[in-house]
Amino acid sequence: MNLLIIVLLPFIGAPIAAGVSKFGRLHAAWAAGVVALCAISLLIPGLIDVFSGEVLIQRLSWMPLIGLDLVFRLDGLGLLFALLILVIGLLIILYARYYLSTQDDMGRFYAYLLLFMGSMLGIVLSENIIQLLIFWELTSLSSFLLISYWQHRHESRSGARMALTITGAGGLALLGGCLLLGEITGSYELSVILQSGEIIRNHSLYQPMLILVLLGAFTKSAQFPFHFWLPNAMAAPTPVSAYLHSATMVKAGVFLLARLFPALSGTAEWFWLVSVTGLLTLLVGAYIALWKHDLKGLLAYSTISHLGLVTLLFGIGTPMAAVAGVFHIINHATFKASLFMAAGIIDHEAGTRDMRRLRGLWAFMPHTAMLAIVAAAAMAGVPLLNGFLSKEMFFMETLHGMDQTWGWLMPAGATLAGIFAVAYSLRFIHNVFFDGPPVDLPKTPHEPPRWMKIPVEILVALCLLVGMLPALTVAPILSIASGAVLQAPLPEYDLAIWHGFNPAFWMSVIALLGGVGVYFGFSAFLSLRTHARERPGMKEFYHFLLEGMFFVSRSFTRLLHIDSLQRMVFCLILFAVLLGTASFMTGNTALIGEREQLPIDGVSFVVALIIIAAAMGTAILHRQRFVSLIMIGTVGLGVALIFAKFSAPDLALTQLSVEVVTIVLILLALYFLPQYTPVESKPFRRGRDVLLAVLAGGGIASLAWAVLTRPYETIADYFLTQSVPGGGGHNVVNVILVDFRGYDTLGEITVMALAGLGIYAMLEHLQLKGPSHDTFKRSWDEDKHPLIMASLTRIVLPLALLVAIFILLRGHNLPGGGFIAGLITAVAFITQYLANGTTWTQTRFPFDMHTIIAIGLMFAATTGLGSWLFGYPFLTSTFGHLDWPLVGEFELASAMVFDLGVYLVVVGVTLLIIVNLGLVHNSSHNTKIRHKIH
Amino acid sequence: MEALISLIIGVLTACGVYLSLRGRTFPVVLGLTLLSYAANLFLLVMGRLVIGTPPIIVDGTNGYTDPLPQALVLTAIVISFAMTAFVIVLALKTYKELGNDHVDGIHKP
Repeated sequence: MNLLIIVLLPFIGAPIAAGVSKFGRLHAAWAAGVVALCAISLLIPGLIDVFSGEVLIQRLSWMPLIGLDLVFRLDGLGLLFALLILVIGLLIILYARYYLSTQDDMGRFYAYLLLFMGSMLGIVLSENIIQLLIFWELTSLSSFLLISYWQHRHESRSGARMALTITGAGGLALLGGCLLLGEITGSYELSVILQSGEIIRNHSLYQPMLILVLLGAFTKSAQFPFHFWLPNAMAAPTPVSAYLHSATMVKAGVFLLARLFPALSGTAEWFWLVSVTGLLTLLVGAYIALWKHDLKGLLAYSTISHLGLVTLLFGIGTPMAAVAGVFHIINHATFKASLFMAAGIIDHEAGTRDMRRLRGLWAFMPHTAMLAIVAAAAMAGVPLLNGFLSKEMFFMETLHGMDQTWGWLMPAGATLAGIFAVAYSLRFIHNVFFDGPPVDLPKTPHEPPRWMKIPVEILVALCLLVGMLPALTVAPILSIASGAVLQAPLPEYDLAIWHGFNPAFWMSVIALLGGVGVYFGFSAFLSLRTHARERPGMKEFYHFLLEGMFFVSRSFTRLLHIDSLQRMVFCLILFAVLLGTASFMTGNTALIGEREQLPIDGVSFVVALIIIAAAMGTAILHRQRFVSLIMIGTVGLGVALIFAKFSAPDLALTQLSVEVVTIVLILLALYFLPQYTPVESKPFRRGRDVLLAVLAGGGIASLAWAVLTRPYETIADYFLTQSVPGGGGHNVVNVILVDFRGYDTLGEITVMALAGLGIYAMLEHLQLKGPSHDTFKRSWDEDKHPLIMASLTRIVLPLALLVAIFILLRGHNLPGGGFIAGLITAVAFITQYLANGTTWTQTRFPFDMHTIIAIGLMFAATTGLGSWLFGYPFLTSTFGHLDWPLVGEFELASAMVFDLGVYLVVVGVTLLIIVNLGLVHNSSHNTKIRHKIH
Repeated sequence: MEALISLIIGVLTACGVYLSLRGRTFPVVLGLTLLSYAANLFLLVMGRLVIGTPPIIVDGTNGYTDPLPQALVLTAIVISFAMTAFVIVLALKTYKELGNDHVDGIHKP
């Protein structure tokens, strides 16, 4: 499964990169570089197949029951994008190593970058569109992390949030579109979708589906009117901008247009929606770019404009336009990445990106200037560079609609955008590198380190090579990628530089000459440099919308949320009681069923009376907290007796040991809390609460009675018959826990571990003052650890542990198991702590509970994963019988290892909680000031 | 016997509800504990009341009780312990942070 590995590699590499950076600043860069190289080399075996025209599809069964597979697809388009992502990614990794300063956390940067790389690879290599969507959302998330990398800056955080909001909202629309697409074609797999273009286009759901999918693509690709997030995302470090806005993030949108091109294009809706959006974006982006003073701002708007160009090409919808679109994707990625990197070098070495201050840098950094000038010329579409070729194809394609009314608008708009593109490219060159000496720069610029320029050099060399020798360089990959977009034979095209004096040539000439004129005209008459006009635009509208949404949700919350827990709980229970009463009333069957009832025996009756009395005592005497705690302990023990009576020995054991731990825990806590609850509520309110409580209790009681007196069907037979042959255990409850429903148990112990860690976090560094004497004004006993109790518990410990191990081992066949044994062990240790003091026990039992919890979870999880090794689903158990000398026949089941994990987690969590609370106690004894009990 | 068990469950629920409507954290913690007892018992008896037939496979027995509710309740007991521990420590922490143990974090006279 090499495609799966290619996608997973960056995800695995991310934590490694973050981890190794602890040992050296540059380790993370090396780790990231190795990951990218490995991924590239894994892609190589696929090259031959894809170039010979095959489509590789690799499938891994994931959830076969609901028809979900992990499916990956490598065709020309996927290969082109994977190469762009990986190769430009590798160059960015090299570049960023020099760009980031010593204050920046390298590990975090490369970890985010790898996460993003993996997500992008997932998009371009997915066969299933739902799977594609998941990676799509992952790119939104990981780009959020990357854009907000400098978390201390406000504009980074707000820019990242804006990007996440816009692309996340688009992702939601895309989800809707994908579901509709799946509904229309009956499959979520691209192979099917790409073949069913006819069905899709004639379906009644075509229009809503198209709009939703396009919303996803347009938001991601920063198309007008969603373009404004992109310039704000420039707050990211420049390597991030270079990566996200040249080859990856924003290209995901146009990738989607290309991917679904054969399925969705070819209708009037597609043409108008896509080409008009593209044309508007092309013009708006190119125009605004000219007016930006920030180097990266100029590049950002030019990116928007170029994305509009690609979108427009796909909108035009002819096969040749699609080829031109793919070609421009490649070219834009190369020149824009190198331009962003050059801008980063200038920022890095001159200390500013403000074009009002940057001038005449040619004198300081001729080498970098040369590279930037070539890349900017490619962006402008100067002949002999790659940008010229695809722009020429673009101009040619805009002429298609000339025979229609208003058909001239498109070529006119394209030429106008071309003029502005030349103008802003010229501004980038002339303004920054020439035009007199620089104006008060923060530092004297100089050439960057040698290796920082290597990535730029490679990309600029590619611009030149493709521009001059297109047939030898880009032609093969262009043809397979375009073939994959079209899913049909390619149109005839010629990648030559000279096509004669055709209309496209004249459009290019107009653009070049016009652009030069516009730039020098504007800088002379409209003073481009001093221009400071920020008009309210989509960004302000976005903020207005956002504020509006916050306002609505705040008002709604205020409407629902009463600022009192008591009243909220009251309303909740009241509503539940009302619902229950309503359904009681509407039903017309008798309350009690016909099932034969058990007779009441004397002992049960007495126990029941004790439980009822203790429960009511807890409620009535709740102001005297210590008394009510003792009462509730009695209730707990009574419940354990009920469990024992009604054939649930496992539950009785669990309840018994939990009760001990709970009471000790609450006792420890009560020490610090007030000993009495003051009278606060008025008699009326108490009466009201009693009434509600009686109604709720009565409702539950009658419900229980109604159920208990009726016969029922159970699914238990399966577990009872399968327990011994399938799970290898006689104790069905335990087999359900560790085998049949092992996955649930794994979740439960994870929750338990989390609760334990949460408690630990709350208790750490908690300093509490304990009372100096008890409620009867007596001071505490000086003898904290009575000798007899201390000695006795020490003797009991080994015995108690022996019992625990016995209970653990027999759990599979007789009452017991990990939960119970864990609790017994915990109780055994807690007794030591109580009798001998925390410090004494801590020094003799120096285990770190966090480690024990982690080992326990690991045991449980690896037992589950282990079954994968043998080709079984997660957590399949196996068992066998061993003949031990002296002991006799002994059963070994893999589920027992799982149970051992459960045991360790229970021990770890219980002790973690109690011991940490005990430590708070210990420190409270040492605090001199103690407050008095009221 | 069925009526008696239902009564116990009802009383536990009623006491639990009453306590969880109180204004201080400690009684609310006790109330939640009582409610979890009630819920656990309620779940268990969904397998109906059966005496002397634990779900442990042996030869020569006259049937087994339903093991499924038991498995559910067993983890529920442990989880409710973790929950109780969490809220009681939360109560401690808020008492320390806010200087009182009112559930709303506001000291009402």
